[in-house]
Amino acid sequence: MTEITEVPSPFCGIGTDDLTIRMDGVSLKVVENGCAVNTPAFEQMITDTSPRVDGKEVSLDVAVAAAAALLKDTRLPVIGGCATDVNGMRGLLALADRCGAVVDNMNFTGARNNFLALQDSGWMNTTLAEVKNRCDLLLVAGTDLEAFAPRFFERYLWNKESMFLDDTSSREVIYLGKAPSGDASTSPTGRKALVLECATEDLPEVIAVLRALVKGQPVLAASVCGIAAADLLAIAGKLKAAKYGVVTWAAGALAYSQAELTVQTLSEMIKDINNQNTRCSGLPLGGKEGDQTANQVCGWTTGYPARTRFSRGYPEYDPYLNDTNLLLTNGEADAMVWVQAFNVKSVPPVTALPTIVVGRSGMTFAKEPDVFIPVGAPGIDHAGHAYRMDNVVAIRLKKLRDSGLPSTAQVLNAIEQAL
Amino acid sequence: MLIKLTGGTVYDPASGIDGQQQDIYIKDGRIVTKPAEAFQVDKEYDLKGKVVMSGAIDMHTHIGGGKGNIARTLLPEDHRQDPVMRSDITRSGCGHAMPSTFVTGYRYAEMGYTSGFEPALLPVNARQAHMEMADIPILDKGGYVMLGSDDYLLRLMTAKKDQKAINDYVAWTIQSAKAIGVKVVNPGGINAFKFNQRKLDLDEQNAHYGVTPRDILQVLATAVKEIGVSHPLHVHGCNLGVPGNMQTTLDTIQGIGGLPMHLTHIQFHSYGTEGDFKFSSGAARIAEAINKNKNITIDVGQILFGQTVTASGDSMRQHANHKHASPNKWVTMDIECDAGCGVVPFKYKDKNFVNALQWAIGLETFLLVDDPWRIFLTTDHPNGAPFTSYPHLIRLLMDRSFRNEVLSTIHPEAQKMTTLASIEREYTLQEIAIMTRAGAAKLIGLKDRGGLSAGNWADITVYTSNTDRQKMFEKPDYVFKDGQLVVVDGKVVSTKWGTTHTVKPNFDPSVEKGLKDYFDRYLTMKLGNFKISDDEITEDGRGSITVHPLRH
Repeated sequence: MTEITEVPSPFCGIGTDDLTIRMDGVSLKVVENGCAVNTPAFEQMITDTSPRVDGKEVSLDVAVAAAAALLKDTRLPVIGGCATDVNGMRGLLALADRCGAVVDNMNFTGARNNFLALQDSGWMNTTLAEVKNRCDLLLVAGTDLEAFAPRFFERYLWNKESMFLDDTSSREVIYLGKAPSGDASTSPTGRKALVLECATEDLPEVIAVLRALVKGQPVLAASVCGIAAADLLAIAGKLKAAKYGVVTWAAGALAYSQAELTVQTLSEMIKDINNQNTRCSGLPLGGKEGDQTANQVCGWTTGYPARTRFSRGYPEYDPYLNDTNLLLTNGEADAMVWVQAFNVKSVPPVTALPTIVVGRSGMTFAKEPDVFIPVGAPGIDHAGHAYRMDNVVAIRLKKLRDSGLPSTAQVLNAIEQAL
Repeated sequence: MLIKLTGGTVYDPASGIDGQQQDIYIKDGRIVTKPAEAFQVDKEYDLKGKVVMSGAIDMHTHIGGGKGNIARTLLPEDHRQDPVMRSDITRSGCGHAMPSTFVTGYRYAEMGYTSGFEPALLPVNARQAHMEMADIPILDKGGYVMLGSDDYLLRLMTAKKDQKAINDYVAWTIQSAKAIGVKVVNPGGINAFKFNQRKLDLDEQNAHYGVTPRDILQVLATAVKEIGVSHPLHVHGCNLGVPGNMQTTLDTIQGIGGLPMHLTHIQFHSYGTEGDFKFSSGAARIAEAINKNKNITIDVGQILFGQTVTASGDSMRQHANHKHASPNKWVTMDIECDAGCGVVPFKYKDKNFVNALQWAIGLETFLLVDDPWRIFLTTDHPNGAPFTSYPHLIRLLMDRSFRNEVLSTIHPEAQKMTTLASIEREYTLQEIAIMTRAGAAKLIGLKDRGGLSAGNWADITVYTSNTDRQKMFEKPDYVFKDGQLVVVDGKVVSTKWGTTHTVKPNFDPSVEKGLKDYFDRYLTMKLGNFKISDDEITEDGRGSITVHPLRH
């Protein structure tokens, strides 16, 4: 039995790297600094160690050859999931380039709300260490932050010391839209967050009014979707009075049509505040199961985020048309490759198409894929790199145990070689 | 295998060879002397009448790191103008302003470049920069680690820690980020922006720390010198793009008191306030100061007309410049109590007075600085223009009539405000070779690169001389990288992976005590997880690390 300290996690997206993990053979137990997201992800048992073709156990070589054979004469294979580490994404993109595939990260439809806003008007953002040391006001828009990242408040808001605040417990937290599901946002001295609730689909209206108030526009309505205009005016005042306000949202939580306009309104509001002689920054949440990793590596390899096709011999980005589900529904795709090295519960959409799964050991299927190759989890079974939510920090993932499972990169490189 | 390059006209300033006919022998990736005994040549290239130089080195080009990837993500419409097909030996991607990594490697090599150095490696983002550069084929690469707005340094300075403490921290940072030099960007200004300061002059105090840019330059330039790093402190000065910043630049040169200092993209820091538009060229006075102060080196950061994107660590100035964004979208970031960045797309127009004069200021600088060993050819890719415009820039420098032809087409008021038309100088091939090869290798401290004498790595470019220098430099006949033929007639014919150039200055290991405490209290990762280990660069079997000697 051994204990490993300072273990970084690729699962929660906020880059926690203080986990202590006890290891007994290949079974892991998080003994310090676990959370509802990280603990089960680390403790997930290894089940399959052999690949399967048509449900029968085979060697890795046979499975790789079978996968290559399935892909060989396809016209538009789709590589979905894209949940892996940097080297896994490198292998995935090389394979996609080789076989003219569509690459589509499974969280892209949520992340698209951010990308469309970014690509249309840009933003002013910050990162976690700046939040930890500077943030005096946190506005959480439409997101249950502690359900998203259980340790966010403990690590980045209620930290004992900060360089530029005398007392971190004096920070103010405001929720707009969704109410928090627990008490993590309550300060150590007992101060509760201010919560202004509205329905998620009412956020566009509420946030548009908030931006207008930040800009000093007159608003005649007394209330907006159940929130008093005076309360919104008070928030606008707090944002302008803060020294380093931070506005956070999870693009995927804004689950309504054209939510990119909400992200854009928030981002433009932040720019407006910076033009009124104070600082304010955005903090988009994300980074779970390799979504930032997928977009970063696809970004430097192709120029585009991870919803890009190679079917014409060069990368083409389309945030709508390259959607896996759409390609399956419309009958455009002719094979499915699902890459998911983090989460055994995240399985490919059920399809009649030839399906190859390169998935974390422990995955179970309602419909057995044609080829299943179990792989190790980055940061547990092999070393690697993963991006945290703020995109700036790539964390170095450690190899914790010798499971004998191959990495995503090894498997995808082998399939590409076999082609 | 022994390769012989026969009869080429060699320009090798590192050995003082200026256009002499020479044979070159290559064995095991390096240039060797002609074997004394009987020998068999396995492959011979007849280079009679061809121009031979070592592979070019871009000493300041933004090819790795987060701001570049933000720039890519921001501009899908720019990529769509220049899709790049895959081939049997090359990967697909995109080109133009901020090319994909693979295309970056191919296009540099296709112009005869064999190395590129990322000048703004944020310590906390260095891992990403190295990962991106690991996906740039053919080229060698390296980076200058960015300090000067990091809270740790400013805390050391406010606490009046001695120079040794700062030296240890700088050396530790170079090692942990796997860098070959140190850069400072808007010294202290990126930090001041986080405290809502919107400008910071050379002698203006940071509102929180009380230190000035001048103080920061002094301690960092001293540290770089004392820990023995060859490349002088690489300085992106205060007040980038501000009319009148010529005076800041002159004061910066004066203020460094003879310490080695490299002023980067100096074109953006050479502006006066004369004329009807209160914007004028300071190039003559800057060049005079460069000529006089032998401790100073510069690269130009030439602008060339067209669409590009500016990606800089200077969040303060980039925020101020966002109103010039074209198309109108832009990003700034505050980063990890470490640094920041700003990404603003720009379209430089020859009919815009300011842009036209910026173009002329850059060229004046090239032509008025006497010593080609102390000036380097850059566009600050992609900030002044994409690196693919270098052959055009070389023609502007080597061909006065072409230069004056272009000059006659720019904004008429800008023509009146520049002395360019009267400058007769034309760069020679040898001077181009100094700026882009021997001088760059010397400045960065690259051992066995940038020269063609025996012992050097065989990074070699062969051109067909052409009076149209743009045509000549955009399509080399051959490019060899570490002795491997990678380009023929301006097209990649094979690929390989270059090395990562670094230095490893010594530090007192006790420096980690203070750092560990700081990381645990204030930062978001553990010190042990912050440092980049060698295997992160080498473990995939493609990358390698080359450690260059320190200055003694």
